[in-house]
Amino acid sequence: MNQFINKNLYGDYGDKEQAGGAEGSNHNTAAEWPLWEVFIRSKAGLDHKHVGSLHAADAEMAIENARDVYTRRLEGISIWVVESKYIHASDPATADSMYEPANDKVYRHPTFYNLPDELTHM
Amino acid sequence: MTVHSFQQHFDEKIDNDVAIEPRDWMPDDYRKTLIRQISQHAHSEIVGMLPEGNWITRAPSLRRKAVLLAKVQDEGGHGLYLYSAAETLGITRDEMYDQLHTGKAKYSSIFNYPTLTWADMGAIGWLVDGAAIMNQVPLCRTSYGPYARAMVRVCKEESFHQRQGYEIMMALANGTDVQKKLAQDALNRWWWPSIMMFGPPDDNSPNTAQSMRWRIKRFTNDELRQKFIDVTVEQAKLIGLTIPDPDLKWNEERGHYDYGTIDWNEFWDVVKGNGPCNKERLETRKKAWEEGAWVRDAALAYSKKRKARKENKKDNLAA
Repeated sequence: MNQFINKNLYGDYGDKEQAGGAEGSNHNTAAEWPLWEVFIRSKAGLDHKHVGSLHAADAEMAIENARDVYTRRLEGISIWVVESKYIHASDPATADSMYEPANDKVYRHPTFYNLPDELTHM
Repeated sequence: MTVHSFQQHFDEKIDNDVAIEPRDWMPDDYRKTLIRQISQHAHSEIVGMLPEGNWITRAPSLRRKAVLLAKVQDEGGHGLYLYSAAETLGITRDEMYDQLHTGKAKYSSIFNYPTLTWADMGAIGWLVDGAAIMNQVPLCRTSYGPYARAMVRVCKEESFHQRQGYEIMMALANGTDVQKKLAQDALNRWWWPSIMMFGPPDDNSPNTAQSMRWRIKRFTNDELRQKFIDVTVEQAKLIGLTIPDPDLKWNEERGHYDYGTIDWNEFWDVVKGNGPCNKERLETRKKAWEEGAWVRDAALAYSKKRKARKENKKDNLAA
């Protein structure tokens, strides 16, 4: 099966647009409803968490669709949606250098400090 | 990426059970295999709504009707989880639909069989969803992150599907002679197609080795089929139904049931499009897609209009 694959599409829409659109895309997506990322707060006191994505014509429809697709079993009490093209992501290929500054700083963790066993409430 | 090549880095992740995420480097064939598998899986969920949709208006009670509606709605939801997982690999939704509608992409052959009686709702839930669960549980640990996460949600929801199906079969099996006959007849018709759902035998399944290497698949087709048969035979006994396989026999040495020869000619015939309902299923899908086009266009036009109106208001205020 021959299919067109657009690499690095996901989570990188903004970059792609700045770079002048999808390279070599031969598929007309003009009639497709935009893609939205869905975040759900499962109960008061917890963060909204990414659960997946869906297509919708506008934000209102995205929230209603998200309710039907992602909260059929009381999974949420609050929904955020954001159009996927507004998500910018770090590049996994540069993860090594990106997170390098934290590598040699074990002293940021409480277990780094050797204290006597008799010490309590600390 | 200085020390390792991309491929090496990818292989190490696979070997160490580190999930592959959408923006990570991956071999083209891995991406293609996943797109094929996930989109086929999504298509199966969507087409899978049709045989059961056939009975919603004729469910024997309000309770059964509400349950069947919820189940069919779940299948639609599962299709959507999976389509969005496939989209993270760089294929568009419309492109996947197009592949389905032109017959380029397949869906599970089981949905090309007709649902003739109410008992088929029981048999589908019990056997077809049962086999799907057997297939899907290991996929919760598949190597591609978005697929694995979608499968976790699917599996959580699928369990009620199987239980409601078994409950229907149980009610019929404990009912009148006619009801019992209906249940047995449904089991007779769905048994073989259900165990074919695991795909061709291992020695005739060209993609299995590579998919196992990539940890997309965790068990072979035959392993899963055997597991399904072993548990389902006992479930049939519990409600007094007979598996339609005269060669079915417990093998003490293997610790498994031996089973009769599967008619793979039938399987390939249905895959090729010659099953009882292939044409009807595809046409129903295409019709829904084509006749829904105006709704999609209208929603998009409405959203554009509203956006434009908002912009105008802003301009007027600024002026």
